[in-house]
Amino acid sequence: MMLPAELLSLKPLLPEITLALGGMVLLMIGAYGGERATGVVNGLAVLLLAGVAGLVVWMPAEKVALFNGSFIVDLFARFMKVLSLAGSAIAILMSLDYMKGAGQRRFEYPVLVVFSTLGMLVLVSAGDLIALYLGLELMSLCLYVLAAFHRENVRASEAGLKYFVLGALSSGMLLYGCSLIYGFTGTVTFTGIAQAAGQGGVGLVFGLVFLFAGLCFKVSAVPFHMWTPDVYEGAPTPVTTFFAASPKVAAIAIFVRVAIDAFPGIASQWQQILVFVSLASMLLGAFAAIGQTNIKRLMAYSSIGHMGFALIGLAAGTAEGVQGVLVYMGIYLVMTLGTFAAIMSMRRAEGPVEEIADLAGLSRTNPGMAFFFAMLLFSLAGIPPLAGFFAKFYVFLAAIQAGLYALAVIGVLASVVGAFYYLRIVKLMYFDDPAQAFVPMPGMLKAVFGVSGLLNIAFFIYPAPLVATAAAAAKSLF
Amino acid sequence: MIAPLFFYIFASLCIASAFMVIASKNAVHSVLFLILAFVNASGLFVLLGAEFVAMILVVVYVGAVAVLFLFVVMMLDVDFTELREGFLQYLPIGAVVGCILLAELLLVVGAWTIAPTMPQSITTPIPTDVSNTMALGLVLYTKYVYYFQLAGLVLLVAMIGAIVLTLQHRQSAKRQIASVQNARNKATAIEIKQVPSGQGIKEDIEEKVS
Amino acid sequence: MTLTEIWSTYLWPLIIMVAQSLLLMVTLLIIIAYLLLADRKIWAAVQIRRGPNVVGPFGLLQSFADLIKFVVKEPIIPDGANKGVFLLAPLITTVLALAAWAVIPVNAGWVIANLNVGILYVFAISSLGVYGIIMAGWASNSKYPFLAALRSAAQMVSYEVSIGFVIITVLLCVGSLNLTAVVEAQNGPYGMFSWYWLPLFPMFVIFIISAMAETNRPPFDLVEAESELVAGFMVEYSASPYMLFMLGEYVAITTMCALATILFLGGWLSPIPFAPFTWVPGIVWFLLKVFFIFFIFAMAKAMVPRYRYDQLMRIGWKFFLPLSLAMVVIVAAVLQFGGLGPR
Repeated sequence: MMLPAELLSLKPLLPEITLALGGMVLLMIGAYGGERATGVVNGLAVLLLAGVAGLVVWMPAEKVALFNGSFIVDLFARFMKVLSLAGSAIAILMSLDYMKGAGQRRFEYPVLVVFSTLGMLVLVSAGDLIALYLGLELMSLCLYVLAAFHRENVRASEAGLKYFVLGALSSGMLLYGCSLIYGFTGTVTFTGIAQAAGQGGVGLVFGLVFLFAGLCFKVSAVPFHMWTPDVYEGAPTPVTTFFAASPKVAAIAIFVRVAIDAFPGIASQWQQILVFVSLASMLLGAFAAIGQTNIKRLMAYSSIGHMGFALIGLAAGTAEGVQGVLVYMGIYLVMTLGTFAAIMSMRRAEGPVEEIADLAGLSRTNPGMAFFFAMLLFSLAGIPPLAGFFAKFYVFLAAIQAGLYALAVIGVLASVVGAFYYLRIVKLMYFDDPAQAFVPMPGMLKAVFGVSGLLNIAFFIYPAPLVATAAAAAKSLF
Repeated sequence: MIAPLFFYIFASLCIASAFMVIASKNAVHSVLFLILAFVNASGLFVLLGAEFVAMILVVVYVGAVAVLFLFVVMMLDVDFTELREGFLQYLPIGAVVGCILLAELLLVVGAWTIAPTMPQSITTPIPTDVSNTMALGLVLYTKYVYYFQLAGLVLLVAMIGAIVLTLQHRQSAKRQIASVQNARNKATAIEIKQVPSGQGIKEDIEEKVS
Repeated sequence: MTLTEIWSTYLWPLIIMVAQSLLLMVTLLIIIAYLLLADRKIWAAVQIRRGPNVVGPFGLLQSFADLIKFVVKEPIIPDGANKGVFLLAPLITTVLALAAWAVIPVNAGWVIANLNVGILYVFAISSLGVYGIIMAGWASNSKYPFLAALRSAAQMVSYEVSIGFVIITVLLCVGSLNLTAVVEAQNGPYGMFSWYWLPLFPMFVIFIISAMAETNRPPFDLVEAESELVAGFMVEYSASPYMLFMLGEYVAITTMCALATILFLGGWLSPIPFAPFTWVPGIVWFLLKVFFIFFIFAMAKAMVPRYRYDQLMRIGWKFFLPLSLAMVVIVAAVLQFGGLGPR
């Protein structure tokens, strides 16, 4: 019999257990309630995610490791968990009206989002390679299904299949890397690997490369970004919103933890990889987005670029760098959700539209939306004093402090090029002849859009909470 | 010793059948060779003393997964000779990539030194006094319960995914509801009518048709 | 190594093993010949016929006459068939069915391989039985066999799941996967009332029914439903290959009967645990119990009409699976909280 004391030792796991059990309860409600229960399941899923976020915050602050170090709770994990949970909850809220409009009100959507978020929590807290892999698969498996959620739609099926096949390939690479690392260090825990890393030699670096390749795929960093535009375009827009938000946060989190926790001894090796990856992502994100006409594809390249910027902070490999990454992910989440709220409300009477040209003259048909959208785009481009500027500022600062001048300079140049395509949309909205007006924005999207826009504009007034929390979280890793 | 002999039998059969999986022209034969490879691998597990894993490999992979796999391959009727037509033109590139990988692997294996800390870092000592199955159970539900539950969740999600992507409730399909059928009795199922002679039950037939 | 050492370490054990296996197989095949006859006789009796009664006294030599007939006939291989797989299929069916007997204890210590995971071995081997049918159905290159192969694959995989759960409930009570240990765990002071059929009665019933479905016995013989599929996967087979299929099928049925005996009816234990009855050799009790289960199988064949395919699937997935799953939880809970668990 399990003693109460043993059960109490599982307390740090409480958020995950709650989320898992809650997800199963939701599944039961949905399975027995059928289509009618969709609304209830949606609402409960949001409440569940919010409640779990509350639990994560409420947990005591000290660092805990459970199950021989395969589950770690520290400030870093808590910060990233709250971001992921918030991203998922908002993604569900934003999906409500769209799914109703598309005739896809199915209860499995929130359930899959909940399980995917559980995968993210596991991933963020992973302290060894097995937990990493299981968390990653739990998260990704839900994402594959969600990508093909509109199964009658050929584009969505294509997106799902493409994502699945490439995802399986990347999982294979990741596992190969893990097995090499295990073979050369004899352990799967990050702390054990860190101890043994000095003696691992060339084999360990091999494993590291494969492991990073797998993780790069999940954060869609160049050269493993090919799936991103197709999947973003093909998947239903609420699903794309979800893809762009919390999975990215969780994947970046595990990237940071693996690099800092498991391989501090060979930092010079992985810094080279990360410098290349972030450079390539920034440049590709900036240049490839220029020619896009579909706003979802554009956002795909934009997110590739943003991941490049975020990885600059990790490439620095310092506490300041990680702080930069955390701040970047927080602001990125807000900007992305706001932008997608705007994209989802690009809707005419006959259905949703996705072409950039459809935004023409928005300032005259819907000035409020145009203003906030423009602010979000400026922020994505990194123009001061909006939030996006500060995000980039912190990572560049860390890069310069770490002596990565070339990376910082090229990063700034890439963001100048990137500004071009964001500004092109602003120009289209303000100076071109108006296209047909959109139908009014649903209330939920309006709320997300407004809050995100306001946070963006007002960030510079009171940046302390985010920056200070990120700094504390980053310190907990070192 | 008998064991090395069986090791070489199983190992060589395993490799040979794995080779046949990719070499055989007929897709169904490939799957059958795959199954043979599985069975031989399970034989190797038995030799290692991991009899539980060996049996589970047969039950799960050979008895269930490969059956469905065979099923799909038989139904698909893929013409693999057609697929192989462009095979030769990619051969040089494939050979170059393969050679590079081989060189890299040799490099890695040549440099293989297990970190000296490894013996201390082995998390689970191998028990000597309990049977293989029990030893597995003792750690699976205590030390590794976290992985175990997570793997279970992954499977749950896979099931949800399969249902989401394939289940279609066609309204036109007629379904049997056994409880309704069982609840029928003489009063609800049979209607007794007095039929006047020479007139038949024409009306009723028309009713049923309409 | 001297010649005597080689003799004592390799050859002599090998000879013993081969002799044991041969003894078991020959006995088994003879018993099966009479079980087959019994099957037909019972079937005939239910339909108020005489059944086979021409060859030998009371038709006792009927099965041997059939054997000779099948062996001397010409096997026909269809032109479009995939020859290798076509001939491999019946062999696989028979060999696998016989292989399961390697771990079945027919009396205390009378077992060829006393495997630690014996029950898993039997389960694994019986789950492989489906390959014979699929291969035969596919290699025949004909519509009916192929349909039968598809049916059987789905049917056997479905019922394996519930058989697996039934076995788990028994294992929970025993605390070992060794078949001898399973029998010994049922050796209690109350004779037949301390066997597992009583506390696990629902699982006993599920096991018997699932075993019928797993071995494609009527009323679940949709694989060879003659009204729909002529003779199912065996349409194109004749002579010895056909006989091997029939033999494999009956060996598999006997295996399932033996398994039911071991799991629920106390194997070779005497039903009445005192003097005159305990003098009877265990093998006799074992055979009697196997025959009792086989009698249930035969009566089901004679009396129950064949199920429709969707009904079969419905029972498997919607009744047996949840029920056996629930029983696993209940049994585990009772053992845990009632303090009845092994060790």
